[in-house]
Amino acid sequence: MGDTLIRLREDAASTAPVIAFADLTGASNASAVRLSPGDDARALLPLLDRLELIEVVFPGFNDGRGYSAAAILREYGYAGELRAVGDVLIDQLSHYHRVGFDAFLPDQPITRAQVDKAIRTWPEVYQRTVDGRPAIWALRHG
Amino acid sequence: MYQYDTYDQAMVDSRVSEFTDQVARRLSGALTEDQFKPLRLKNGLYLQLHAYMLRVAIPYGTLDSRQMRMLGDIADRYDRGYGHFTTRQNIQYNWIKLEDAPAILADLATVGMHAIQTSGNCIRNTTADHFAGAAADEVADPRPYAELLRQWSTFHPEFDYLPRKFKVAIIGSETDRAAMKLHDIGIQVVRNQAGETGLRVHVGGGMGRTPMIAPVIRDWLPPLQMISYLEACLRVYNRHGRRDNKYKARIKILVHEIGADEYRRQVEEEFAHILTLGLEPPPAELERIKAQFADPAFDPAAPQAIDLSDPDFALWVDQNVHAHKAPGYGIVTISLKPTGGIPGDASADQIRLIADLARDHSFDELRVTHAQNVVLPHVKRSDLHAIWQKLDAAGLATPNLDLIGDIIACPGLDYCSLANARSIPLAQKISQRFADIGRQRELGELKLKISGCINACGHHHAGHIGVLGVDRKGLENYQLLFGGSEGADTSLGAIIGPGFTEDGLVDAIETATNLYLAQRTGDERFLDTFRRIGSAPFKEAIYG
Repeated sequence: MGDTLIRLREDAASTAPVIAFADLTGASNASAVRLSPGDDARALLPLLDRLELIEVVFPGFNDGRGYSAAAILREYGYAGELRAVGDVLIDQLSHYHRVGFDAFLPDQPITRAQVDKAIRTWPEVYQRTVDGRPAIWALRHG
Repeated sequence: MYQYDTYDQAMVDSRVSEFTDQVARRLSGALTEDQFKPLRLKNGLYLQLHAYMLRVAIPYGTLDSRQMRMLGDIADRYDRGYGHFTTRQNIQYNWIKLEDAPAILADLATVGMHAIQTSGNCIRNTTADHFAGAAADEVADPRPYAELLRQWSTFHPEFDYLPRKFKVAIIGSETDRAAMKLHDIGIQVVRNQAGETGLRVHVGGGMGRTPMIAPVIRDWLPPLQMISYLEACLRVYNRHGRRDNKYKARIKILVHEIGADEYRRQVEEEFAHILTLGLEPPPAELERIKAQFADPAFDPAAPQAIDLSDPDFALWVDQNVHAHKAPGYGIVTISLKPTGGIPGDASADQIRLIADLARDHSFDELRVTHAQNVVLPHVKRSDLHAIWQKLDAAGLATPNLDLIGDIIACPGLDYCSLANARSIPLAQKISQRFADIGRQRELGELKLKISGCINACGHHHAGHIGVLGVDRKGLENYQLLFGGSEGADTSLGAIIGPGFTEDGLVDAIETATNLYLAQRTGDERFLDTFRRIGSAPFKEAIYG
C-alpha cells in the first residue's frame, strides 16, 4: 500500500483502527471498516451512523464492484469518509468522485493537483449520481 | 434525427482533450502499455495484428451526410482509403497510427462523432433497428429511447469497469432487425390494448462461446422508468457478475446461473430503491428528443408507381428496396457485398457518394445495418432509378440483400488478433461460387454468417448457415452450422458435423443448398426447410 492519502474533506482523518469487513461482527464498536470487492456494502447499512471511515479496496483498477459499493453507501446516507484504496489510477478518479469517494489512498502516488484536475474532466455530466451535480437533462429543463 | 446541443458537444470535446493527454503520456513513456491499454480501449483503439484499429461509434446506426462524408475523409487522410462497417453498426479503420488517433478524434468531434466506449468492459454503443422511423411495420420509433440510453451510458461512472462488455439493442417492430434477443439487454417498444407505449426488457442474451437467447425479465416497463430499470439491471450485474473467468463474465452467465426468476427478483429489489433516487430524466427530455426524430416532410403527392421496364433496375428494386410507412417512399439498402468483395468494406469515394445520395434523396439521413450494409431510409420511389444508376456506376448496386451473397463476416485472421481463421477470403469464395444473382434469388432469403473465432463477431450462431473458423492443429478449419436465426424467431444454429478446409466448406454449402432446393415445399426458406426436415438429410448429403 502507498502512504499518500489525499482527502477532499475538511474534517480530520479518522485514527480508528480499520477493521476488515469479515471481522466486523466481533468488533461492535468499530468506526472504520475495509470493504473488499466481494463484500456486500448493504450489510453496513445498519451501522452507517457509527462509521466514520469506510475503505473500499481496489485490488485491480478493473474490478468495478467498488463503484457500486460506494454509490450504495452514499445513497443510503453515509456521510463519513469514503476512501478508495489500492490500484487507484488518475484516469479513474473522476468516476470515483462521481460515485461518492472523497478520499484516495493509491498504491502509486498521485498528487493533489492531479486529483483536482481529474475530477474536473467533464464540464457537465449526463447522469444524476450521489455527487449532487445536476445532470445535463436537469440543466436543459431547469 | 438527433442533433447535438452544446452539452453533447462539450462531452465529446472533453474526451478529445482527455485522450490527447493520455496518448501524449503513452508516447512519452509516462504510461506503460498495460496502463494505457484500458484507456485506449475506452476510445475504441485496439492493437491488432498489423496496426492499430480504431472503431468509431455510430449511435444506433444513424448518421447524416456530413458525418458520413467525414468518415470517408478520415479513410483517405489516416487509413488506406477505405473503412469497414461492422456488425455493431459502427465503422472500423484497420490501419491507424497511434500518434494520429487524437487528430482523428478531433476531426470526428467536429461532426459530433467519437469513439467513446466502442470497446472495453463498459456499456457499448446502443444498436437499433436500422429501419427505425421508416419501416411500414413499426409500432413506435425506438430511436428516442436509444438516444436516452446513449446519454445515460456515456461516461456512466458506476458501470465503466463491469465484469465484461455490455451491449444493448432496441427495436420498435415485431420484426426484429437488430438481433435484439442476442444482446446483454434487448428492449422492444410495444403497445398494449389501451394504446399505451411500454418497453419489454430481455436480459442475458449473447453470442460468443456460450450463445444464449435472452429471457424476458420485464414484460412491461413504463418508458419513463427505463433509465432507473437499466440502472438496476446493471448494478446487479456489476456486483454479482462473475469476475473469476472472463469467459463466464457476461451477464448471460449470471442470469443463467442464478436463473431468470432470481435475477428478476434482485433487479426488482434494486429498482424499487433506485426509483427513490430521482435518476430518471423528466418527460420533457424524452419529448425534446422525440421532436428531433419527428418524420421528415414527406411529399404526400409522391407517386408509388414507377417505371420498372429496365430489368436490372427492377431486380434491384425488388431485392434491395423495402416498403416505407409513407406512400410513394421506399427504404433503400445499399449492399456492401459485391461479388467477391470484402463484406462491409467501402472506399472513401463510395462513402462520400453515399453521403451525397443521403443529402439529395433521403432527408440527409443514413443508417448502418448490423448486416454490414448502409441504408437510405427515406427515398422517393420516383428517385430510385437515378439513385440506382449512381450506385451501379460505383459498384454499389449488387441486388443481393438477404441472399446468400449478402454475407456477414468478421475481419478474421487478416486483421484480428483474436481470430483463429480467416473470414474474408472464405466470404469471397462463397460469394464467387454463388455469383449468379438468378441462382441466389432462386435460393431465396439465406443469411450466411462467418466468424473467424468463437467470439462470434460474425454472428455465426444466428446464421441460417453459420461458419465458425477454428484452429485445427495449426491449420485453418471451418465448422458449419445450420438453423440459426436472429429475427423474431431467434434460434441458435448447431454444428452439423466435422469441419472443413476452405474449399471443402464452399462445396458443403453448395451441397446443402442443392438439398434444400430438392426438398423445399411451397415458399419455404432454407431455414424453414431445415427446421422441418432436420439435420439428418443434410448430414447425409454432405458427409455421405
